[in-house]
Amino acid sequence: MAKHHVEATVNGDAVEFLCETEETLLDVLRDTLQLTGSKEGCGSGDCGACSVTLDGRLVCSCLVLGCEVGGQRIETIEGMAKGEALHPLQQRFLEHAALQCGICTPGFLVASKALLEKTPNPTETEIRYWLAGNLCRCTGYDKIVSAVQDAAAAMRKG
Amino acid sequence: MATQTYVGTRTIRPDGLDKVTGRARFGADFNLPGQLIGRVLRSPHPHARIVSIDTSRAEALPGVKALITRDDFADQSSEFIPAGEMMMNYKDVVRNVMAREKVLYEGHAVAAVAATSVAIARRALKLIDVTYEVLPHVIDVVEAMRPDAPLLHDDLFTVGVEPKPDKPSNVAKRFEIALGDIGAGFKKADVIVERDFKTAPVHQGYIEPHAALASVSEDGSTELWCTTQGHYIVRAHCARLLGLDIGRIRVTATEIGGGFGGKTVVYLEPLAIALSRKAKRPVKMVMSREEVFKASGPTSGATVHVKMGATKDGKFVAGYAELKYQAGAFQGSPMQPGVMCAYAPYDIENVKVIGYDVVSNRPKVAAYRAPGAPISEYAVESVVDEIAKKLGIDPIDIRMQNAAHEGTKAAYGPTFGPIGLEDTLNAVKKTEHWNTPLRKWQGRGVASGFWFNIGGETSASLTVNEDGSVSLMAGTPDIGGLRASLAMVAADELGIPYDKVLPIIGDTGSLGFNFLTGGSRSAFSGSMAIVEAAKEIKADVCARARKLWELEPGQVEFSGGHVRALGAAADTHTPMSIADFAKIAGKTGGPIGGYGRINAQGAGPSFGTHLVDLEVDPETGRVTILRYTVAQDAGKALHPAYVEGQFQGGAVQGIGWALNEEYIYGDDGKLQNPGFLDYRMPVASDVPKIDAIVVEVPNPKHPYGVRGVGETPIIPPLGAIANAMENATGIRFTELPMSPPKVLKALKERGLNKV
Amino acid sequence: MRYEAPESLNGAVALLAGATGDARVLAGGTDLLVQMRADIVDPELIVDIKKIPETRGITEEKGGWRIGAAVTAAELKEHPKLKQVWPGVVEAANLIGSTQVQGRATLGGNLCNGSPAADSVPALIAAGAVATVAGPQGMRNIPVEDVMLGPRQLALRKGEIVVSFLLPPRPPRSGDAYLRFIPRTEMDIAVVGAGVSLTVDSAGTITAARVSLGAVAPRVLLVAEAAHAIVGSRFDEAARERLVAAARAACRPIDDKRGTTEFRIDVAGVLARRAALIALDRARRS
Repeated sequence: MAKHHVEATVNGDAVEFLCETEETLLDVLRDTLQLTGSKEGCGSGDCGACSVTLDGRLVCSCLVLGCEVGGQRIETIEGMAKGEALHPLQQRFLEHAALQCGICTPGFLVASKALLEKTPNPTETEIRYWLAGNLCRCTGYDKIVSAVQDAAAAMRKG
Repeated sequence: MATQTYVGTRTIRPDGLDKVTGRARFGADFNLPGQLIGRVLRSPHPHARIVSIDTSRAEALPGVKALITRDDFADQSSEFIPAGEMMMNYKDVVRNVMAREKVLYEGHAVAAVAATSVAIARRALKLIDVTYEVLPHVIDVVEAMRPDAPLLHDDLFTVGVEPKPDKPSNVAKRFEIALGDIGAGFKKADVIVERDFKTAPVHQGYIEPHAALASVSEDGSTELWCTTQGHYIVRAHCARLLGLDIGRIRVTATEIGGGFGGKTVVYLEPLAIALSRKAKRPVKMVMSREEVFKASGPTSGATVHVKMGATKDGKFVAGYAELKYQAGAFQGSPMQPGVMCAYAPYDIENVKVIGYDVVSNRPKVAAYRAPGAPISEYAVESVVDEIAKKLGIDPIDIRMQNAAHEGTKAAYGPTFGPIGLEDTLNAVKKTEHWNTPLRKWQGRGVASGFWFNIGGETSASLTVNEDGSVSLMAGTPDIGGLRASLAMVAADELGIPYDKVLPIIGDTGSLGFNFLTGGSRSAFSGSMAIVEAAKEIKADVCARARKLWELEPGQVEFSGGHVRALGAAADTHTPMSIADFAKIAGKTGGPIGGYGRINAQGAGPSFGTHLVDLEVDPETGRVTILRYTVAQDAGKALHPAYVEGQFQGGAVQGIGWALNEEYIYGDDGKLQNPGFLDYRMPVASDVPKIDAIVVEVPNPKHPYGVRGVGETPIIPPLGAIANAMENATGIRFTELPMSPPKVLKALKERGLNKV
Repeated sequence: MRYEAPESLNGAVALLAGATGDARVLAGGTDLLVQMRADIVDPELIVDIKKIPETRGITEEKGGWRIGAAVTAAELKEHPKLKQVWPGVVEAANLIGSTQVQGRATLGGNLCNGSPAADSVPALIAAGAVATVAGPQGMRNIPVEDVMLGPRQLALRKGEIVVSFLLPPRPPRSGDAYLRFIPRTEMDIAVVGAGVSLTVDSAGTITAARVSLGAVAPRVLLVAEAAHAIVGSRFDEAARERLVAAARAACRPIDDKRGTTEFRIDVAGVLARRAALIALDRARRS
């Protein structure tokens, strides 16, 4: 059967693509749009490495079909920095050594950004529970949480 | 040693920007024009003879461009080779990569296809007809050792027993170390504790699945991009398995999304190359998460028996243990390091440890962070705790009393130089954590751990560019901050700014041989190689300066980032930096660079002590980790934040291993939890912040005093948590994981399951 | 594989009723896509219901609340009033999976996936929720406890879809709560789930109660005996013990990779008691 023709917005840019019914948004981002920053760690929504926002809502892109997103606004890790300016979260992750291998980092950054946009002053517990859907095997989460706390404080100062 | 401007500080890692922006390319992020997608057909049976494979229907499917089976791999003769920190046999490697006579675990590769799309590849797999003769299977290690157990290999005869057996079995090897006289030791003991322990297989759990992209030209030249801890090892294995010349294969290690030992062996790489060779097009292969669990090596499950004796004032006089480790489908569990490490933290006169390497119908185990040691040391640390309790001695004090120190002869052979175990015990004792009171149903546990660490073949280069910047090329994939650490060493050695050092990980065509990233060796050996490379550059610029200044050897030296004339000549000759020489390199002899090619020796062991507080919900058996402290000897922390990161990451892997992670098999021999939903690794809300105390007892054999740190952190958590559980509940848990159903059952049996 | 996104109920019903092969409803996709990926299902037709207005609203209706079947857990949490009236239902929905999953998961999908371990279902049953179903023969209402008959077995006929849920009007001094047992702190499927809703009078005596247990039987249970155990009491020690015993007696769980039979029975009693305490506290303070 013919592929679906979909028009959407990705990181502020209008995109159009063709996809099969069974292709996920993650497949489309990585293979069709060549935005490989979102990663596949499990394909079943259990690791968060594929996190993006869809109309401002944090989701796993492996749990969304490409053909569902017509007319919607998608934001991925590639859209997080503005020109040369890193987002405070990106900067704090570097400063706090909140990444070791880095495979989970895009997912954590997208998820943390969504948290801070909703809750600018989260407690450590709130941070940990919000990020429970993002698996990291290298860092033990300690420096990730510190980086998010530090970025939150910096962003509140404005 | 150079002035340390950068070493020991928390620089921003040079590869960090790409990783926080999504630009960094990991294994599955590489693509080539015209590439095909490869997929593997895997056995649904844990044990079966392959009667026939009919690929005709699959080959006829439009879009299928190549198909491989066992017929595409020449058999290999028996030869043991290092696989990470363990040994493997090429005869087994070729069979693990593609089953030959039998399938030996559910998920064992039977065939592979390359097609023009994922959908066609998936459909093609369904069209391959394999006829199996299903055989009885065996999963548990003790069951596999029984004489009537289903036999995996009819040519496997136990090595290390006398007389040599004339019947094959599933026991591949018996290994033993001994010190002193174990019988006499137990006679001296006032207290003896004897316990049996059981652990389940656990997976390294890296978030990035295995991925490989291969492109083979008509003359057999091969380019391979893969996510691996050792691209030189991959090159060697693929050359051997496919009959290719090593020099004709160029392997690029992509950024790697975690390995922990699990990416030190080959799975997809030989398949991708074989398919590409057949299809005459690039072939890309990525494992699904289910395939990672079913078909890539977890570490062993094991049964361990420990018997220890001590005098009434707490001196350990005898340490005995028997370890039975499951290797998976082919021999080669980490039983040997498990045996060697079991009692290594302690100075005991009489030690005997015996180990068995046993095959069973599970995926072939691969190295997992200090392979073998977490299991044996968990058992010993648990018994040490029991002895301390029986004698009324503080658990830190009893370890201090018996701690290995400089001059201790370890049961596995060497005599220790300066080591830091006592320092870590002292560090923990001083913490506020140790001195904070607990409430009911809360418990505190402490345990120590040891890992040898290794050095090995390492090649690295430093090249001075025309603008005075220095390109650094290392050959061990960077899993956790290596490029930052090596750049800091290079910057300090050459006296240049850190951001003028541009580190990359070279492909196999660009550097001499490098053993893999593992064994806690990459910063240790890499920095040694960089020091050698820097020495060559310093000698070179000194020689150029002497010529320019018309001075004798001995009249110039390199210090503080500059070549300086000595003595009277200093007044008339302005010191020259590396950047100064870079500008005139062509005129003074050509490009400036240095090479370090070493077989790094002198790796110093790293000892650690962990402290954990936890709380048990007596009505449900659920455990909450309340507080966690790690103290470990790094010798010299090149980059303290990444050293702390190793401590914290290893501790959390240990927490998962102790509480919730395990491979769960049904009676049908099939894995029931091949996914992150039911293979339960710790999530962010499961753990608190991990306090990391970096102890530094310099390693005298390294120019900066560095000790590898990556592996030791996963060892103490198992014992520390088991000891904390005993402290909280009064119950000694001897089976891992200490999951809620087990904990609640034990509490119920003692009538303790009420608040 | 066909994908359709009808904009009306009739359109969706017609598509599903007329399907010749396997047809699946797509709301949040957090179960369907996982099953497709694992080759457990291979539908010929996917009907996305998210464009149908009746499945997307949260509105007050005759003193109660009507929640569309395709409203996400995250939207439930963000609604300013719903969590005051039905905190148990909102919390239960927001225990499903992770933050990312809650951004897509729906009450309709959580029910119609047919897993007895679904987190929101015990809370809905305890609340007395009724599912409104649209089908080729028209609309009908089914109490939520009668929708799931067994694992992956629903009381829906071909062509029927759950459109919305109606939560009944809340008497004063009422409270609800949902607790689940999982080995980690997040991300696991419930090993046991307990939903309790109750009402007290001005003296603090429980006048009405509903107790529902998940993951302890082939379907989510409404345990009448557990409710009887506490109605008329002030949840004293004896009433608590009766509740625990009644909850345990109702369990028919299995041994599986998530928990043993014995474990589930033990914990069911504990959670029923703890959830009832929270519901009681909420009722007294409301």
